[in-house]
Parts: sequence; C-alpha cells; structure tokens
Amino acid sequence: METLIQEFFNVSIMVRVAPLILSGLVETLLLCLILIPIGLIGGLGAMLLATRENRFVRGAALASIDFFRAFPPLVLLIFIYSGLPFAGLHIPAIFAICVAFLLNSSSYYGEIYRAGVLSVSRGQIDAGRSTGLTATQTFVYITLPQGVRNVMPELLSNTVELVKLTTLASVISAPELLHSADLARSLTYNSSPLVLAAIIYLVLLWPVVRIIRRLENKLGPQAGL
Amino acid sequence: MLTVETKARGSFILEARGVRKSFSGHEVLRGIDLLVTPGEMVFLIGPSGSGKSTLLRCCNRLEEPSGGSIVVDGVDLLSPKTDINKMRRKIGMVFQAFNLYPHLTALGNVALALRKSAGKSRAEAERIALENLSRVGLADKANAHPAELSGGQQQRVAIARAVALEPKIILMDEPTSALDPELVGSVLEAVRDLKQSGMTLVIASHEMRFAREAADRVVFLDQGLVVEQDAPESLFGDPKEERTRRFLRDVRR
Amino acid sequence: MPLSRFVATFFDLDVATAYAPQIFLGLVTTIAIGVAIVITGLTVGLALAVVRALRIRSVNIVLIQIVDILRALPPLVIILIIYFGLPNVGIVIPSAVVLWMSLSAVLAAFAEEVYWAGITSIPIGQWMAARSTGLTFLQTLREVILPQALRLAIPPLTNRTISITKNTALGSAIGVNEILGQSISAEAFSANATPLTMAAVLYVLLFIPLVIASRSLERRYGVRRR
Repeated sequence: METLIQEFFNVSIMVRVAPLILSGLVETLLLCLILIPIGLIGGLGAMLLATRENRFVRGAALASIDFFRAFPPLVLLIFIYSGLPFAGLHIPAIFAICVAFLLNSSSYYGEIYRAGVLSVSRGQIDAGRSTGLTATQTFVYITLPQGVRNVMPELLSNTVELVKLTTLASVISAPELLHSADLARSLTYNSSPLVLAAIIYLVLLWPVVRIIRRLENKLGPQAGL
Repeated sequence: MLTVETKARGSFILEARGVRKSFSGHEVLRGIDLLVTPGEMVFLIGPSGSGKSTLLRCCNRLEEPSGGSIVVDGVDLLSPKTDINKMRRKIGMVFQAFNLYPHLTALGNVALALRKSAGKSRAEAERIALENLSRVGLADKANAHPAELSGGQQQRVAIARAVALEPKIILMDEPTSALDPELVGSVLEAVRDLKQSGMTLVIASHEMRFAREAADRVVFLDQGLVVEQDAPESLFGDPKEERTRRFLRDVRR
Repeated sequence: MPLSRFVATFFDLDVATAYAPQIFLGLVTTIAIGVAIVITGLTVGLALAVVRALRIRSVNIVLIQIVDILRALPPLVIILIIYFGLPNVGIVIPSAVVLWMSLSAVLAAFAEEVYWAGITSIPIGQWMAARSTGLTFLQTLREVILPQALRLAIPPLTNRTISITKNTALGSAIGVNEILGQSISAEAFSANATPLTMAAVLYVLLFIPLVIASRSLERRYGVRRR
C-alpha cells in the first residue's frame, strides 16, 4: 500500500512538477480552442457535402468520411508529421496536428451532423416549404436547429473524444498536458506526474461525461421488477 | 346486495383485505377489500386514476402494497417466505398493451414460461402451448411473430400465454382498451369461453355491455376505495351511491 | 516535388519487400490484440450491465463512477500510468498485455453504457409480462430483455468498438510490435517513408470493411426514436 501511494500519489513530487504540468495544461486548452471549432466547422462542411442531391458529390463525401473514420488518428498524425519531411515539406508539429485532426474529426462530426439532419421528419420540411421558405431557409431555421438538438449527446461525446485525442500530440513531442507529464515522469522516475495529469483530465472531462449521461437518460430508466 | 361475506372462509380464490398503495406520497389505494369466489367473474369499473390497474398489479405483487393483506388460493402473497414465482404461475395476467415478446413466435411466447418457470421439457411445453393457442383459435398462427398479428390476435395469444400455466385466477387489466372496435369481439369471445370453462376472472374494463351480460359482480372503484359493488343488473340498473350514478352517466355520454 | 521522387519516398518497392515480414508481424500483433480487446471488452461490459440491472444501490454507485472515469480519461494516459507505474511497485506486465488491459477496460465502460441504454429502452410491459408468468429476474433478463436489448445495442457498439480498437496504434508508444511501431522503426532504419505508407494502407484495409459493415448495420437496426 505504502509503495502504491509513493509511486502513484506522491504529493511532494506532484507539487514539484506542478508548474511544468500546468504549462502543459495551458497548451492543451489552447489546442482544444483551435481544434474543436475546426472540427465542428469541418464536420458541418462534410455533412453538407454528404447530403447533397448529386450522387457523385454525396458518394465521394461518404467515401472520404468512411476513409478517415477507418484511419487511426495516431497513424494519420505520424504519417503527416514524419512522412512529409521526406517529401521535402517541413512543417511545424502544430500544423501536422491541425491537419490530421481536421481530417479525422470532420469525418466523425460530419457523420453525427448527418444523422441529426436525417432524424428530422419530412413533415417539418414540408411545413417550412409550404409556408414559402426556400430550401436553404428551411434547412437553416428548421432542419439544422432540430437536427443538432437531436444529436446533442453524440456531439458532446465526440467533443470529449477530441479533447482526449490531444494526448496523441505527446507522441510527436508537441507541447501539451500529457507530454509535460511524461517528461516529468522521466525526470522523477515516478508515475505521480502522470496521475496528476489524469486527475486534471478528469476535472476537465468527468463533468461533461455526466452531462452526457443525463442528456441520454432523458428517455427514462425502466428496468427492474 | 350480494352476501359474499357470508361464504365460508377459505373458499375464496382471492382474498384482498385493506390493500393500500402509495406512490411517492400520493395514496392510490386507500384500503380496498376484494373477495373473489371460484368461478366468479368480477368486473372492476371506475374513472382513470381510481386504482383499478394498481389493485390488479398488487394481486400478483408486480406492485408491492403499502398495507393490507392478499391471500391467493390460501397462500399469503405478501409473506417473504412465499415463492412468488410459483404463485405467479397460479395467477394469470393479461395486459392492456398485450406485452407479447416481439422476438418470439406466438408459440414461443406461450411456451417460454412453461419451459423456464414450470420446468417443462421443450416438447411438452410446445404441445401445451399449441393446445392453448387452439383454444383461442390461433393454432394456425403458432409460428407468426407478434408484429404479423392484429391487435385482437395478439391479445388472444396473451390470453393463451396466461391460461397455459393453468392458473387458479386470471386478472385482466383493460384487455380491450387498446383494440380497434372491430377486433374487440374476438377477445371478448375468448373471455366468454374462459368463464364457461369455470375460470375465475377479475377484469378491469370499460366494456359495460359485456359486464351486464357476463359478469357475476361489478365493483365500482373511485379514488382508491370501493364505493359500491353488486350484481350487474342492480349496479347498472339502480346504483345506490351518487358517485356511481355520476360515473355511469358520464360513461354513457 | 518531382513525381518520381515522391513515389521513391513513399512507395519504394524494394524497401516495402525488405520490411514486409517485419510489418506483417505487426499486422498479426495488431489483429490479435484487437480481437482480444473486443472479446474482453464486450463481455465484461455486458457483465457490468447485468450487475447494474440488479439495482443494488451501493454497487451501482461505485460501478457508475468507475465507468465514468474510464470514459473521461484519454486511453494513452491509462496506458502510460499502467506501463510505467506498475514495474515500480514490483508488478511487471508485458507491454502488449498493458495495451490489452487498458483498451479492454475502456471498451467495457463504453459497452456497459450502450448495453444499459438498450436494456432500459425495453418497455416495462415486457418485464411485467414475463414476471407475471413466474419467470425469475435472471430468466426474464436472459430470455426476454437481453435478446431485444442486444439488437438495439449493435449499431452504437460497432462504432465504439472500431474507434477503441484503432487505439491499438497507441501500443507503439510503449513498444508493442504492432503495425505502427514496426513501421516507425522500419522507417528509421531505411530512412524512407514507405513503411509508413504500408502501415497506413494496412490500417485502412483493416478498418474500412468494419466501418462499412457498421454503416449497413446501422441502417438495418438503427431506430431513431425521435
């Protein structure tokens, strides 16, 4: 027991490495501030392409979405980061991260938006058009708001995944929370910095997970008897 | 007034006395007595919220009463020593929403409890199930799934499911309320057959005409209490209580 | 950049054939660990959902907290804590096992939530009907509720399973000989990006069928109840 606390919950080490960890946290938050909007907007674009009437545009969009859903984000990141220098392109890590995450999260967000848009009943669109709204207006004022509300749990859930995905940046030694924590671990030969990082992730994400749970529960628990 | 009370003790199939039930502070059943003799068909009528469904569900302990006693076939239902699963085989229940298992065929629906609760072999269970499906006129639908059956057919399968376990008494909670009018007849036909074969029945329902024709006793519940109970001709023809009169008037309108 | 040089960098056949065995070993490892994760994660998740259905309050409070923690933590954090921490307290586990344990735990947590959503969406009338014919709680669960709930759980489960098993690539961070790890070392040795291309191609070939399968499963079983 004693050794467990020493190894994982060593408070004095945690205090010592706190500044390093906190700077990593700031980096992670900045990353999220960039990546989440990029993902949300990219996903919107992917969804718009995937719901076009034109079969070729739609088909190409769906194929790309499936392609990037199948592509592990870490592999994509390393491919872009390590591979491109071979092609003579030297890009900063942050750029590689943004491109990889844009491709990956647009696919996932796009898929979620698409499910949301498809979940809005035809009757709603009919009602909008029958009162003189154009197709675009109907989409913007009627379909989109309802569609987004219908998939809010999934959108939140995917955003949580995106935040968790930032830890991949540590593999290419980009500055972020886990990377700082791992650095601290190698300097102190102790796992407590990692546990500290875990606690910070929990503080950030656990409340959101609980909100998602509450949103999903709106349909009501019924088992028992 | 029917002198149910004067019948010898111990000859009741169902003896519910002083049954109370509260849901988070709201008292739905406020002390109900219901005594049913073998072969009797008792109709429960009353406005929604009067506690008819809750009372029925207390009688097989799908709801735990907050007070009172319920004795079925001489066994105290509420005692912790009672094997409730065994008792539930003796008490059949038919629901307003049918509640057939969508992933099983009609035969599967009827046979499941025979196999798992009554411990019969698959062959024996299916034989009994088929027999009971024939009794309700649905032997040819044995391999159909509930989704392929009409509402009336589904409810008859549900009746077969309850009857197959050879219960002492069958409780029916608004068995025809979810049915289109033209399908009601087939279900009432099945209920009539059950009565004819000597089954004890307690039915919560709005089918007043059927009650008049087939019920031995009608019990009027309002706000968790028995207001009046009598033979159908007396209760419908000359209700003693004002509340009963008002309810019957509203229903006829 | 001239096309020939691009091809030479990313699609060098000599490099590809030279390192094919190594990468193939990575493929086998990835598939093996992936399958192990799916089996363990989905089974443990189901067991947890059944435990939750028993409605023992004290157990459920703990269960829900653990599930939420596993859903909130980035898998890489879990992997690193176990991989670096346990040896220091005397427990030595091979890195492949660490990878399997961590990702199975995460999948189990997400799977439990999906199973639970399925179970609770079954109308209460099904419970009432089954119990009223004398079936016990467990019999009802096994014969009536789970068959229906599992059908509902398939689309979200396939999605989750795919995204979590893709994380086997994280094994490269702790020295597991899976596809990415093998290709990174091959890339370093050969000073050529072809192994990376091979890794990317293999992953996509592995997962695209699963993604397409999940899409068709969604179409067959997906019931959007709004």
